[in-house]
Amino acid sequence: MARVRVQEAPFDIAAEIAALTAGRTDVGGIGLFVGTVRDSAGGRRIAAMTLEHYPGMTERALAAIVAEAEARWPLIGCAVIHRVGRLTPGEGIVLVATASAHRQAALDATAFLIDWLKTRAPFWKHEEFADGGGQWVAARGEDDAAAARWVR
Amino acid sequence: MRVLYFAWLRQKIGLAEEEVAPPESVRDVASLIDFLAARSPGHAEAFANRAVVRCAVNQDFAGPDAPVHAGDEVAFFPPVTGG
Repeated sequence: MARVRVQEAPFDIAAEIAALTAGRTDVGGIGLFVGTVRDSAGGRRIAAMTLEHYPGMTERALAAIVAEAEARWPLIGCAVIHRVGRLTPGEGIVLVATASAHRQAALDATAFLIDWLKTRAPFWKHEEFADGGGQWVAARGEDDAAAARWVR
Repeated sequence: MRVLYFAWLRQKIGLAEEEVAPPESVRDVASLIDFLAARSPGHAEAFANRAVVRCAVNQDFAGPDAPVHAGDEVAFFPPVTGG
């Protein structure tokens, strides 16, 4: 039921939403999160961001996170799509979408999925600065705190 | 044992993966790091601050006390930053 993909190609937000609801009339709400590449970090201009991942473990980790969401909320559909490779500002990085009979389950499951993905799926971001050079993005304490609120 | 490196660990070590045959005294992730850190200056630099190194054994997150065995796939990487 859930669609989990890691891909270099861009994703089509409207097509992903349409796929969640295709042929169904029992969906009452759709939750959506789309992460995009920002054009600045710490006051410096960003020319591009390269996403690296751990093939094999990434798919396992995403499947486990999705299974946890499906166990916690009555989801009718779920999509998690994460891009890898070199992306430029404005491009989509990650899409999380959930469908449920009621909005609260869809909204909560969407927040849960992105919070756990950020701390439990093996992706790493490398930023290229517009004025040359680059750096690996450091993990943020705020992300750990956001993920921790879902720990039972 | 197959060892994989990602992100800045890969860059510092200069390898994405390597096959290693650690001695019998290497039984867990912490002792494997001791063994790997002695392989080259790049390895030593990559493992200099262990607080910022994460590990997975056979594609599951693993702490310093997790056991490792011949034939395992062990990966080292920084804290994850996807999403």
